[in-house]
Amino acid sequence: MQINYYIFLSLALFVIGIVGVLTRRNVIIIFMCIELMLNATNLLLVAFSKMHHLAASKIDAATTVGTDGQLFVFFIMVVAAAEVSVGLAIIVMMYRNIHSVDVNFLNRLKH
Amino acid sequence: MNITQILFWLLSVLAIFSALMVVASKNPVYSVLWLIVTFFAISGHYILLNAQFLAIVNIIVYAGAIMVLFLFVIMLMNLGRLAEPQKHRWVRIAGVVAGGCLLLVFVAALRNIEIKKQIAETNTGDIGLIENLGKALFNEYVVPFEISSILFLSAMVGAVVIGKKE
Repeated sequence: MQINYYIFLSLALFVIGIVGVLTRRNVIIIFMCIELMLNATNLLLVAFSKMHHLAASKIDAATTVGTDGQLFVFFIMVVAAAEVSVGLAIIVMMYRNIHSVDVNFLNRLKH
Repeated sequence: MNITQILFWLLSVLAIFSALMVVASKNPVYSVLWLIVTFFAISGHYILLNAQFLAIVNIIVYAGAIMVLFLFVIMLMNLGRLAEPQKHRWVRIAGVVAGGCLLLVFVAALRNIEIKKQIAETNTGDIGLIENLGKALFNEYVVPFEISSILFLSAMVGAVVIGKKE
């Protein structure tokens, strides 16, 4: 597949994630939209890795160009898993204290 | 149109539709379920790109572990029937317009890039297989790998400390 299809697909997913963060007030859904944005980026990294591999394998058939991109995706997944565990603990603590998951209750840093 | 292209368009439509449903669903449980559908569609894209290791890891880590964690938290809070407070209508419209403007800028900027006609190879190539990735991970990337294990340990400790009752 041509690379620009992958670019526009992940762009669409990323923008949907941004619109979700901007328009929803439930902190869990905001968190899920952040996961959606991370996955859009991962998809584009894999597509670019395969694109560079194809370009390099025309010169050298046994090349491993593009491995780095896929390992980056792996590390992004690792960091996302750690982030989710801490973030959900924070959400649970917030719900225990204020009995709501509305982000508008968390505006005290502004004042 | 061959079978790879048909699958590509099918999975793309499924991914975008389910991502829209994540944002549009009123009930958070439905949002989680639609997000799982999105992750399966993205895993299908990885399989089409012959990145089999990442496809399996995506299903195990995201659709398996992280989404179950989300479901547990939502059920723990019993949010299902609680009506979510809505943002003001103009704020929501402004959010959609801002996202649309971002999409417009990106599409206008990336419409005529020079790599546009390059092909991302599908169905072939063995860089996404577990042999190649494992060799690279444990030779060149062994230090980040160990550091990420420390990151996991600290995240686990942090989650327990934060979630503990005072």
